[in-house]
Amino acid sequence: MTAPIIVTLTVNGEPVNRAVEPRLTLADFLRDELGLKGTHVGCEHGVCGACTVHLNGATVRGCLTFAVQCEGAEVETVEGGTDSGRLKDLQDEFVARNALQCGYCTPGMLLSAAELLEQNPAPSRDEIREHLSGNYCRCTGYQAIVDAIETTARKRVELER
Amino acid sequence: MSDRSAVSVLDTPNSYIGRSVSRPNAKRLAQGRATYVDDIMLPRMVHLAFCRSPYAHAEILSIDGTAALALPGVLRVVTMADLQDYCTPWVGVLDHLKGIKSAPQWPLANGKVFFQGEPVVAIVASNRAIAEDAADLIEVDYKELPPVTDAETALDPDTPVIHPELGDNLCFERSIDSGDVDAAFASAAVVVEESFHFNRHTAVTLEPRSIICDYNPADENLTLHMSVQCPHMSKHLYAKHLGLDENKVRVICKDIGGSFGLKIHTYSDEMAAGALTVMLGRPVKFIADRLESFVTDIHARDHRVTAKMAFAQDGEVTAVEMDDITGIGPYSVYPRSSGIEMNQVVNLTAGPYKHLNYRVRARAVFQNKGVMCQYRGVGHPIAVAVGEALVDKGAAALGMDPAEVRRRSFIPDDAYPYTSPSGAIYERQSHRQSLDKLVTIMDYEGLRREQRALRERGVYRGIGFASLIEVTNPSPAFYGVGGARIASQDGCTIRLDPTGGITCATGVTEQGQGTETIIAQIAASAVGVAPGQVRVITGDTDVVPYGGGTWASRGAGIGGEAALQAGKELRRNILEVAGAILQTAPENLDVRDGMIVDAKGFNERMPLAELGRLVYFRGDTLPDGLQPELVATKHYVSRSYPFAFTNAAHACLAEVDVETGLVSLLKYWVVEDCGTVINPLLVAEQTRGGVVQGIGAALYEECLYSPEGQMINGSMADYLVPMAAEMPEIYVDHVTTPTETSELGAKGVGEAGTAGAPGAVMNAINDALEPFDTRLSHMPFTPDKILRALGKT
Amino acid sequence: MKPHAFDYVRATSLQDIFGVLDKHGDDAKILAGGQSLVPAMNMRLAAPRVIVDVNAIEALHGIAVVGDMLRIGAMTRYVEIAASDLVARHAPLIVRAVPFIAHAAIRNRGTFGGSLCNADPASELPACVLAERAVFNISSSTGERSVAANDFFLGTYTTALEPTEVLLSVDVPLSGPDSRYFFDEVARRQGDYAMAGLAARAEVRGGVLVDARLVFFAVSDMPLMVSATAALLEGQAPGSVDAEAICEALIQNVTPQQDLTTSSVTKEHLMKVLTRRAIAAFAREEA
Ligand SMILES: Cc1cc2nc3c(=O)[nH]c(=O)nc-3n(C[C@H](O)[C@H](O)[C@H](O)COP(=O)(O)OP(=O)(O)OC[C@H]3O[C@@H](n4cnc5c(N)ncnc54)[C@H](O)[C@@H]3O)c2cc1C
Ligand code: FES
Ligand code: FES
Repeated sequence: MTAPIIVTLTVNGEPVNRAVEPRLTLADFLRDELGLKGTHVGCEHGVCGACTVHLNGATVRGCLTFAVQCEGAEVETVEGGTDSGRLKDLQDEFVARNALQCGYCTPGMLLSAAELLEQNPAPSRDEIREHLSGNYCRCTGYQAIVDAIETTARKRVELER
Repeated sequence: MSDRSAVSVLDTPNSYIGRSVSRPNAKRLAQGRATYVDDIMLPRMVHLAFCRSPYAHAEILSIDGTAALALPGVLRVVTMADLQDYCTPWVGVLDHLKGIKSAPQWPLANGKVFFQGEPVVAIVASNRAIAEDAADLIEVDYKELPPVTDAETALDPDTPVIHPELGDNLCFERSIDSGDVDAAFASAAVVVEESFHFNRHTAVTLEPRSIICDYNPADENLTLHMSVQCPHMSKHLYAKHLGLDENKVRVICKDIGGSFGLKIHTYSDEMAAGALTVMLGRPVKFIADRLESFVTDIHARDHRVTAKMAFAQDGEVTAVEMDDITGIGPYSVYPRSSGIEMNQVVNLTAGPYKHLNYRVRARAVFQNKGVMCQYRGVGHPIAVAVGEALVDKGAAALGMDPAEVRRRSFIPDDAYPYTSPSGAIYERQSHRQSLDKLVTIMDYEGLRREQRALRERGVYRGIGFASLIEVTNPSPAFYGVGGARIASQDGCTIRLDPTGGITCATGVTEQGQGTETIIAQIAASAVGVAPGQVRVITGDTDVVPYGGGTWASRGAGIGGEAALQAGKELRRNILEVAGAILQTAPENLDVRDGMIVDAKGFNERMPLAELGRLVYFRGDTLPDGLQPELVATKHYVSRSYPFAFTNAAHACLAEVDVETGLVSLLKYWVVEDCGTVINPLLVAEQTRGGVVQGIGAALYEECLYSPEGQMINGSMADYLVPMAAEMPEIYVDHVTTPTETSELGAKGVGEAGTAGAPGAVMNAINDALEPFDTRLSHMPFTPDKILRALGKT
Repeated sequence: MKPHAFDYVRATSLQDIFGVLDKHGDDAKILAGGQSLVPAMNMRLAAPRVIVDVNAIEALHGIAVVGDMLRIGAMTRYVEIAASDLVARHAPLIVRAVPFIAHAAIRNRGTFGGSLCNADPASELPACVLAERAVFNISSSTGERSVAANDFFLGTYTTALEPTEVLLSVDVPLSGPDSRYFFDEVARRQGDYAMAGLAARAEVRGGVLVDARLVFFAVSDMPLMVSATAALLEGQAPGSVDAEAICEALIQNVTPQQDLTTSSVTKEHLMKVLTRRAIAAFAREEA
């Protein structure tokens, strides 16, 4: 069936039901079908990380997943993470530290960082760099991004106490 | 020129200049609420894909698009024959680059193809996937022609001429012979020589080239939504080549996902989108995908250089001689030409040093590879790497410390203004101060001690310096005198709104470097409001003053000065109105933080919002004869010097694993002198980003071509870019020597990082390998090359 | 860069898969993690007419000890391997290799079986399973068969799988108290495919090395088991191996294939570097 297939999934907490062509990637589905333009497309072959979204709680490449594979799945994008406030402290720190210039990589960076901090609340700078090793940024040189994530982690730990 | 007076707004206590304020527009980007071109959906919009040449050089015998056109969803399949009436060709030459020549270029191949990836057939379809399906169905019959790929043999008599009508494969040649070079070499204490390969690489902006062309036949208006750095330049070019009234063309650039010089050139596929929207009367979207980006985006830096440098016994550089040959692809790129990078190499090599004897020959030649043109740093990385490598090599031959040789050779502080042997005029630089600060912050002595100790244990670290100058704030000497309609002046319009806030429209553009923020800082300081009260508008030719946009590190220096002067004018206007209302002389009043105050004592007299209310809604209450003018426009062009030169000193600490050939960059330092620092945070981040781009050139990035002219690593899996895990921490500090050419005193900073890093990294690697008596000078420094240099393979 | 159109089948049983593969043969492709297949499709280097998504098939998931083997389901994702105590205990070589593969988001999706079936000669896991002498459990509508790792890899992107077959799982012989492992690679950036890599396993019995296996990757058109060289380790005390002699023997027998930026001689050199490191590691573990 190159003909459309119906998929039912949850995107940013909202139920979504759409008929999609099998060849439509999750990234294009989010952007073109749902208008979630915060997911960016930079290479379409899995290398740059601009299309990073959360699928059932873990980061995936939106360009290497077909929308039809997401039946029953929960997807979260930068828009969802913004609305829920889950990304707020990271976003604030990115802005304060100027950890973004053109902003094209930023949604993917934020979602990768959010995953890291869930797995490892106090990562070292090397661990942060390692976790971001699949997210390309042409503008910043990465240091400000590492700083912003490190500061967010520290503030979260302080808040816990 | 400069009217920097005691009362300059730059010095007032509530000036926002020099403060690290974060960027208000970054919030939007961080929430995924940006609008890049591909995010825009217009009614009736159609999508474009291309059938591109698989060959580097071939004649097109026939094209059959029947099957493609029959595919459901396909609207048009067009060749150059179909576009002849819609678009005129262009030639990328500038009058002031004497003798430069090139061939006409069209939106689609016109009978022949000259590089792999050149667009041959355009397909318009209801979505991109269908357009690509159709492209696969197009049959083109080619007759292969011999490809010319090697720049070094491109001028040989038996090499085929790519454009026979041009006579040969030489695009542009320039030479200088100044002073007495032969005598200087003959009498030198030490002469060193090296040949360098610079690696063709490309911008890889994360957002690829993107355009939507929207022609409305009813009113004959063309709207271009573009990811471009120079909206007014594009407006002119599209009007000119599509045969439209320039006044009816509007260019809108909302958010731009990185540009770095990639997005200031004329690309065939984008112009084809323009021709097609006129043909169809519907919006046409073209987003280059990553694979077509690699083969069609401009490349840069494909240079072969041999150079030698002479030194006096005390370490002073006395002469430089150099030969540069660069392969620029089959066309000189329009409208800036592909002669500029080479020209910069000629102008800038060994620029920080006072040598008077300089001989250089540089040639740009045609070849059947992707086109080359201006990319962040334009020529600087080559000029810096060549000069700085030779200085280090000379220091070693003299048995002197490389920092000391630099100190002795810098143009002395009291020699400014100084005219270099290439004819460049330097207003004032701070090389010595910058280097002194650099060696302090990096603890140079300590690092040398550590280096010696580690060598004993088989750990090889190296320290590499690079001192540099960067061309910024260009005057019309760059392009305007060459006949290109590329504005070097820029303008700013500032309006007081009834709320007491100000709206500021500027001709310079934002790509993430922070233009809008610094314009807000300057305007706020000049008018006397908080930066939060400033709204900045960029990137819309219907709205902003006519200007050049972003190139050659001009945004802060040129656009910033215009904003400063417009702000000051508006403040004068405000005070005149306020004086009339408050029945006092304007000189007795001042504007502070949105409030009219007494100039002495700062007693609050009236909020700007109240002034706005009276002016805009209660003109009836204003004193007779007063016609308030609460908007001011000022323009600025740099004239007293052709350029303002920023300078910087870089240092890199690298460790070479002599077993695997892997290089780790441990730390990196930059001391930067860009004159007045408007926002230290933004300057530091521009510098870091630039350095990492330069590191990419030194260690990873290279467009590899087969002898047949096929790019063999044109994907992000095979073309390596710098990623987070390998990049060093970069420490940035400042020396401040404001330019006297403007009141603001700001020079540019956008490209200096990229200019210095390749040379500094190269020098650090060579310093690390010093015990092995080997040197590398062919970038990128892959493990393969390092192991070969070490004799391990 | 959009893929060709295709039909999509979400398989819910092995029978579903067999049905598609039997009908479409070469025109059909199994979709596991998609981290190799989808980039190839986006670039239109692969254009299957039918995609059969096997993510939902229970039978392909899971990690368990079966007899003296550790069975790893084909659909086990890298991230699950990295987190698995069972793999850490019984097949430590594989756990050590995983951090070298790609990046977090790709390890969240990419699968053990997908990597093996993809048979990229620069991939880490094919070398590991070869060094482990693992056994591949393969199924089709006509029945099941087992293939030794040694017989599974046939060349670049080429395996012993028929178009109608599915890889179910792989059985890895359990690690014993005597087992020694080494895994390392030389890559230019974190997560890159290596310029050269080595997966090795040996047993130390009675103070000497026995049954050593050295498998290089990214040096040939498939993972390269150097049996003759490994045989030279036989019977030697881990601390007193003449590494140089082993390296000499190694390069007598192989000529690595160059890649885009790494020449054959460099790969040869790196193979020697890795061999020395492996020998040193075996000695260290013994000490
Ligand atoms: C940026 C990037 C970097 C990467 N770096 C590395 C790296 O450093 N090292 C590395 O090893 N890999 C790397 N990969 C590839 C990654 O590891 C892939 O996940 C893996 O090679 C394939 O696994 P998959 O589950 O994604 O398989 P898929 O892509 O779904 O499938 C791959 C192939 O195997 C077939 N197949 C899959 N499962 C079965 C089955 N059960 N039975 C029969 N056939 C099957 C498919 O039909 C297809 O032909 C990288 C990928 C990306 C995008
Ligand atoms: S767009 Fe998906 S990784 Fe680049
Ligand atoms: S901010 Fe531009 S790519 Fe990261």
